[in-house]
Amino acid sequence: MTTTIVTPKAAPAKEVEKDASMVKQKEMMAAHYDRLTSAPQTGEKVVSTFVPGNLNELTMCFGLLNNLPEVNAIQNGLRRTSGAFVLEAEKIGHSEDVCTYVKSDIGMMAKGNIAPNGKRFPDPDVLLLSYTGCFTFMKWFELLREQYKCETIMLHTPYMGDGKITPNMIEYMVKQLKDEVIPTLERISGVKFDIDRLREYLKKSATAEDDLVHVLQSAKRKPSPIDAYFGGIYYIGPIFGAFRGTDDAIDYYRFLREEVEARLAAGKGPVTPDGDMGKEKYRLVVEGPPNYTNFRQFWKMFYDEGAVVVASSYTKVGGVYDFGFRHDPEKPLETLAEYCLGVYTNRSLPMRIDMLTNYVNDYDADGLLINSIKSCNSFSAGQLLIMREVEKRTGKPAAFVESDLVDPRYFSAANIKNRLESYFQMIEQKRAATRAAA
Amino acid sequence: MEASLNGSKTATIVARAQALFDDLSFASAREWKAAAPGRKVVGYMPIYVPREIIHAAGMLPLGIVGGGDQLEVIHGDAYYQSYICRIPRSTIELGVSGRLDFVDGMLFPSICDVIRNLSGMWKMMFPNVYVRYFDVPQNYRDDIGGNYYVNELTELMHHLGELRGQPITDDELRHSIAGYNENRRLVRELYSFRAQRPWQAPAAEVYLALRAGLVLPVEQHTEMLRDYLAAAASEERPRRDNCRIVLTGVFCEQPPLNLIKSLELAGCYVVDDDLLLVTRWLTADVPTEGNPLHNLALAFLHQSESTAAKYEPNLKEKGQHLVRAVRRSGAEGVIFACPSFCDPALLERPMLQHVLKDADIPYIAFKYAENSGQMQPIREQAGTFADSIKLWSGT
Repeated sequence: MTTTIVTPKAAPAKEVEKDASMVKQKEMMAAHYDRLTSAPQTGEKVVSTFVPGNLNELTMCFGLLNNLPEVNAIQNGLRRTSGAFVLEAEKIGHSEDVCTYVKSDIGMMAKGNIAPNGKRFPDPDVLLLSYTGCFTFMKWFELLREQYKCETIMLHTPYMGDGKITPNMIEYMVKQLKDEVIPTLERISGVKFDIDRLREYLKKSATAEDDLVHVLQSAKRKPSPIDAYFGGIYYIGPIFGAFRGTDDAIDYYRFLREEVEARLAAGKGPVTPDGDMGKEKYRLVVEGPPNYTNFRQFWKMFYDEGAVVVASSYTKVGGVYDFGFRHDPEKPLETLAEYCLGVYTNRSLPMRIDMLTNYVNDYDADGLLINSIKSCNSFSAGQLLIMREVEKRTGKPAAFVESDLVDPRYFSAANIKNRLESYFQMIEQKRAATRAAA
Repeated sequence: MEASLNGSKTATIVARAQALFDDLSFASAREWKAAAPGRKVVGYMPIYVPREIIHAAGMLPLGIVGGGDQLEVIHGDAYYQSYICRIPRSTIELGVSGRLDFVDGMLFPSICDVIRNLSGMWKMMFPNVYVRYFDVPQNYRDDIGGNYYVNELTELMHHLGELRGQPITDDELRHSIAGYNENRRLVRELYSFRAQRPWQAPAAEVYLALRAGLVLPVEQHTEMLRDYLAAAASEERPRRDNCRIVLTGVFCEQPPLNLIKSLELAGCYVVDDDLLLVTRWLTADVPTEGNPLHNLALAFLHQSESTAAKYEPNLKEKGQHLVRAVRRSGAEGVIFACPSFCDPALLERPMLQHVLKDADIPYIAFKYAENSGQMQPIREQAGTFADSIKLWSGT
């Protein structure tokens, strides 16, 4: 039996409205893809690595361009090409049960490895397996290594099972960086490591991180000037991707901060694809990644109801900065270790519960919504307990919807919409009960 | 198998192992704990923990591998989405239903994100139990991964010492290492015996004998293995016209016992497998002289099994452990049996299949859950595989 995925033909699309920062972000990403696909001509070397635990400041010390397979899968999801890639990977033997990021990537390779700009991705010169917060990463890069037959570096980030970073973890990671990661990158790139260059990049990272945190925390205000999930995904793009540690990132986040401050001053809510959001009716915290194949449709279900996401865990998957961590140029390798160890999915379940509870309280949210992703056990296993525990601690209602990252087969618009509508009714009831009790 | 069980020594041993397997209240472990004041039990999940350290603390290491096909999961399903494997939900069921209420500590090894997150859930749900996520290095250099691992082991040893109220000494640990060395030697001997004469040691019996080691004190289990080996060697059993296969992918969530039996009934002798790897994770004796934690760490780095949860730094070496298992055991093919939604097994499978294809080794694949009840499709698939090997191999 074969399955054919048919994407319904949409009516002529209305022009999507974007903040100036979104336009700028899109231009940055496009420029990066152009630089990547031009690498065979320019001679730049390419490192494939992952978003959580990515060491952009370090790889830039060797003049390496980063290529992030999750971001490519997201691009394919947004462009609705991932469904066919997932099927292609399943056709060549990958299980229907496993991560669709992986299968989208493998399927894309099988179909010519074409980047969003229509040009072929270069083969990586090295795979830097930053094994951080996700078991699948390890298998994913073993699968890529099998295809590319290039050198692979493993950087193992221990899991924060006991809710703390120990000296042993830091020492282990620093030793891996010093004795394995850096010497291998030197050999592959032909560039000698310069720790002062790394310090410079780290300093720039910290500046951009300050502005990002300012932007994310602006959602504490009412109305929130940003959507910290759907809009937040645009905001994290540069810093989670190829731009952390660059002047471009500093410029972007300064620009974004000014834009958000202007919205705050004007008392405006977030910009949605359909323009300025109407009255803010519901403030939510969201746990879990979004669905990308129907991203805009998913977002619309929120803003049509006046729901804004004021904090999300997904925007912490490439680094948690809002509890004080900044890349520190004074201890360059230790800070990289600390960064990797602290990313959201490397935190124990009790830590995640504490974090989400804090978000609900600090952002004065109406409750927690979990978008549980079939592909992602790192996020999803345990989310039902998270939901109950956050509900118990905050006294606010929580809800649960299911979808997938980039597999359109697992996005059921009607089911999700029904659940969201019921959830908003629950919030209304809770408010009415609170008013009655007052 | 049934015919050989009438009153024989093998039958007696297997019946005992079967009773331990069937007992979801862990009566033998409870009895062990109740037999002397102050005794403690520490549970652990797949794939590997250094049981020697638990034993050195005078505690009973208790292997928890889910609830199998006899446990009705009522509460456990409320904690997991439909697309997550079965072992965590049945393990939660064991916990919530009070079946593990005598367990003083639980170790959750680094195997996948589901078991990893279960460690945090256990902390929340059973706050009076000592819970540890047991991380192991994915870097195999002595001065990097080795140092990290020694420090992790030191911490575990310290915590278990605190749990019993008295530090664990190096001599206690050396003594335990010696006990587990002996146990692993017998497990290896059993596997070697089965590879040579699989009709004398059916897969289901070998499995039950190994499984008993998850609940018995190591000394008793060693004795059981020795007795089983002697009995199995002395009782002649009919030899079937079966092919010989390696069973792989079964290292975490356990296949139903009926599945293992079905493979042999369908014409496939299991001559090697990756079931219950903790019983033979370390592939050689751990030295009993010198620093015991250092010795355990070196054994882990350089003399341990390969499996999906372990990074293989060398591309050329990827999957070769399976080819070697086939050659060593004289197998004619490989059966991939992977639990549904098992990331490690299912992500690994295509890479292993490519290696087997290059080595010209035939294989088939299917999925199961620990509570799979319908064996007919598996029996048909395995039977067809056995027929195809007999008809076409070597042509």
